Amino acid sequence: MSESISLTINGQPVTVPAGTTLLKAAEQAGISIPTICYHDYCTANGLCRLCVVEVEGSRTLVASCVAKAAPNMQVQTHSERVLRARRTVLEMLEASVDLSEAPEIQAFSQELNADPQRFPDAEKRQPPVVDDNPMYVRDYAKCVLCWRCVQVCAEDAQYTFAINFTGRGFETQIGTFFEKPLPDTSCVFCGQCVGVCPTNALKPKRQWLMEQGYSTDEIMDMTRTERRRRKRAPLSAE
Amino acid sequence: MLKPDRIVSTTCPYCGVGCNLQLHIQGDTIYKVTTPFDAPVNKGNLCVKGRFGYDFVYHPRRVTTPLIRKSPQQPGSRTQAFDRAEWREVSWDEALEYTADRLVEIYQRDGARAMAAYCCAKATNEDNYLLQKMYRALFRTNHIDHCTRLCHAASVVALQMAVGSSAMSNTADEVVDNDVFILTGSNTTENHPIIALQMKAAIQKHGAKLIVADPRRIEMVDYAVLWLAQKPGTDVPLFSAMAHVILKENRYNQEFIDARTENFAEFAASMEKFTPEYAESITGVSRDKIIEAARLYAGAHNAAIYWSLGIPEHSHGTANALSLINLALLTGHIGRRGNGLNPLRGQNNVQGASDSGAMPWHYPGYQSVANEDAAQKFERAWNIEPGGLNRKLGLTTTEILGNVQPNGVRALYIMGENPMMSEPNLNHTRHQMEQLEFVVAQDLFINESGAFADVFLPAASWAEKEGTFTNTDRRVQRVRQAISPRGQARADWQIVCDLAQRIEKRLGRPTARWDYTHPAQVLEEMGSLVPEYAGVRYHRIENLGLQVPVLDDEHPGTPFLFAESFPRGRGKFHPLEYVPSAEMPDDDYPFILTTGRVLEHWHGGTLTRNSGLNDLWPEALIEINPEDAARLGVAPNGPVRVTSRRGTIVLRARVTSKAVRGVVFIPFFYGPAAANLLTNDVVDPQAKIPEYKVSAVRITPVEESELPDPQAFQSRGRY
Repeated sequence: MSESISLTINGQPVTVPAGTTLLKAAEQAGISIPTICYHDYCTANGLCRLCVVEVEGSRTLVASCVAKAAPNMQVQTHSERVLRARRTVLEMLEASVDLSEAPEIQAFSQELNADPQRFPDAEKRQPPVVDDNPMYVRDYAKCVLCWRCVQVCAEDAQYTFAINFTGRGFETQIGTFFEKPLPDTSCVFCGQCVGVCPTNALKPKRQWLMEQGYSTDEIMDMTRTERRRRKRAPLSAE
Repeated sequence: MLKPDRIVSTTCPYCGVGCNLQLHIQGDTIYKVTTPFDAPVNKGNLCVKGRFGYDFVYHPRRVTTPLIRKSPQQPGSRTQAFDRAEWREVSWDEALEYTADRLVEIYQRDGARAMAAYCCAKATNEDNYLLQKMYRALFRTNHIDHCTRLCHAASVVALQMAVGSSAMSNTADEVVDNDVFILTGSNTTENHPIIALQMKAAIQKHGAKLIVADPRRIEMVDYAVLWLAQKPGTDVPLFSAMAHVILKENRYNQEFIDARTENFAEFAASMEKFTPEYAESITGVSRDKIIEAARLYAGAHNAAIYWSLGIPEHSHGTANALSLINLALLTGHIGRRGNGLNPLRGQNNVQGASDSGAMPWHYPGYQSVANEDAAQKFERAWNIEPGGLNRKLGLTTTEILGNVQPNGVRALYIMGENPMMSEPNLNHTRHQMEQLEFVVAQDLFINESGAFADVFLPAASWAEKEGTFTNTDRRVQRVRQAISPRGQARADWQIVCDLAQRIEKRLGRPTARWDYTHPAQVLEEMGSLVPEYAGVRYHRIENLGLQVPVLDDEHPGTPFLFAESFPRGRGKFHPLEYVPSAEMPDDDYPFILTTGRVLEHWHGGTLTRNSGLNDLWPEALIEINPEDAARLGVAPNGPVRVTSRRGTIVLRARVTSKAVRGVVFIPFFYGPAAANLLTNDVVDPQAKIPEYKVSAVRITPVEESELPDPQAFQSRGRY
């Protein structure tokens, strides 16, 4: 597409090729918009709503990772309305998800003065760690449902389709079909999902065991059955 | 949360794709592997081996001290010692002095013919260059080979005959430019997983059409417009029938044939007999499918052929590969972006080990040892008296072990290979290993072959040394030291240089040069002797690899080959005949056995059986078609005994329609039920590659208790 489009972002004129998203147009203008679910190498879905921007004439805020630039668009990326929305998104995440291993999201919260205690009565999601294979663990208490793992498992990379959303509403979680253990699914343990996870909800098993204090030699000495046995210990302790 | 002390960029040690890795390290522990999303080869993707398979580095079975066998070994009664109690821990000095003494003693008594070395397609270019240099310069022998002989030797020979160069002619990610591509003899999703992702994307997102020709219903068949399930060993009639159709229907590229090829008339005449009807009777593929495949391939604007070991590993492997090359020459689908002939190389550095001269007929850079000019060039470079280098072609991998006898090979140096898993007809291999007078093993683990050794030299792993690997699309990439070597382990290049100096001293020869302080100097020396590597320098490949040929310091590298001409001048058509496989099924041995690999394991399994990968796929399974299984009374996951004329093993059955009727598959990584006890050691006459892909077996259900490890079972759902 050679057609180019001129628009205004924060009062600054910008010209981009047709088909460019507002996120990329802003980037071209030197304006950084925070994102969580967006990843340069995954299909954008506008799920996390952190990248919302205000477009003149639009009733709602739009997700800049998917909205395409249009001629003469007037875009505000850091208006008060936008910042309030982003802050609320982060406060709701803080209230329900363990973000302790998501430094990028923590940085956004700080930057936007999000109040982690704004929803003190909110229920944290605390599903148990899923440790069903020798390669990586899935700690969905840390999952922000960005969907990247599902996408790289599907058509963004691997075409394996081992995981997808399960449940509804508050119970929504990433999972396998019929809750099968990963080795029994089509999973090939490529770990593309681990590679794109923004919150360390997906983590290599070795790293996870080291964080629990096991030494390299202790980890290597664990046979398959021993590793299986150990997985139950931290769970029952909780 | 664990934070890395440092992140080191390097290249994956497993397959020929050559993925870029970033090792996250705390202290001396690698705990996580990531890859940049802008990595040129793998674009942010890895497979299970690259992402999780590095833990062999820390395995308790790893040997990190030099060892010498306690009980002296005699030819004829040599035994395997897996138990560390049978070995004595020694200093490097003692181990290398002992090795030098024994090697020199045998060389001075029996001469060059007694000396042989297996180089290693897992080791770096520099490691391989030095080991072949040591054997050529000091022991004056060309008995130097490596596992390329067991994998793509026939592809290499055929490509050398027809075009004069033996690498992939395209870059792997050019597959997105294909309109049509043929995939044959390659279970790409398991053996070149990242190239398979690019193939899937080419099909799903860029509209490429895939033709799979494979006797197994591999995962890529899900993405194919056509699946030609030829009987194992019938590749020549299948692809020649496609050529027949292209010729008869005038779909060939006359302009290309006139301008770039020779021997067309003779070839065309030999294709006359390969009618689709005749091919159908031999291959089992319907004539309509053959005709459709021929029209698709010939009619495409951009078409390429990708193949792996299903083509070369036959007693007529060279002819198989030639049948593919003929198709490319006939249609002109070569020498342009997205058009070419692409043998997918197996090992991380099989291309590089071959380029580095780990070959019995060639010095580095495929310069023939029989060529006087080449020999003199290397004599000058290595400070050897004129006429000193051996001009006789050396023995190949399989021939080296075949020639273990009083007037033949007496001493074998094994760097990182495992012939006791990877050779065909292992009972014979075992017998030959037992006859050796002296065996050196240089490895990380005492594997089935190292267990035969007199001396064990503990090598540093890929994460503990510097060097370069050359991947399947000829990209020379850096391997970086990320952690210090475990225990007393040393880099292969250091071991070889230290040993070579000791040998040189004993032989009283002027030095061929072994005083390198960094592998960069070794690559520089190699570049001065191999024109294709002349411009490959460490400082040029710090961030991004270069694709050879790189002819000088300014040369940008070569993404695809043969744009203007072929290295041999004109591409040569080769007339072909159908020759059946050496062993065909009969009443006693009614099944065809074909062998290969699985995603979770690497070749003979020296690394992956000592890794968490083994937990995912702890045993070999024989794949058998549901109808065959029902007829034999074999239950899913039930134990069976598989017997050929050469050996017998017991393992579980994976009852799956991935196997077609009459053909069973066993991966060869698993020591307790080694597939190569069954395979046939007949070789291709030109390439000397064994016929791994076709042997006749019989299958009988047995009791669970006969399994070598009944507890090993892991249920898996993947294809």
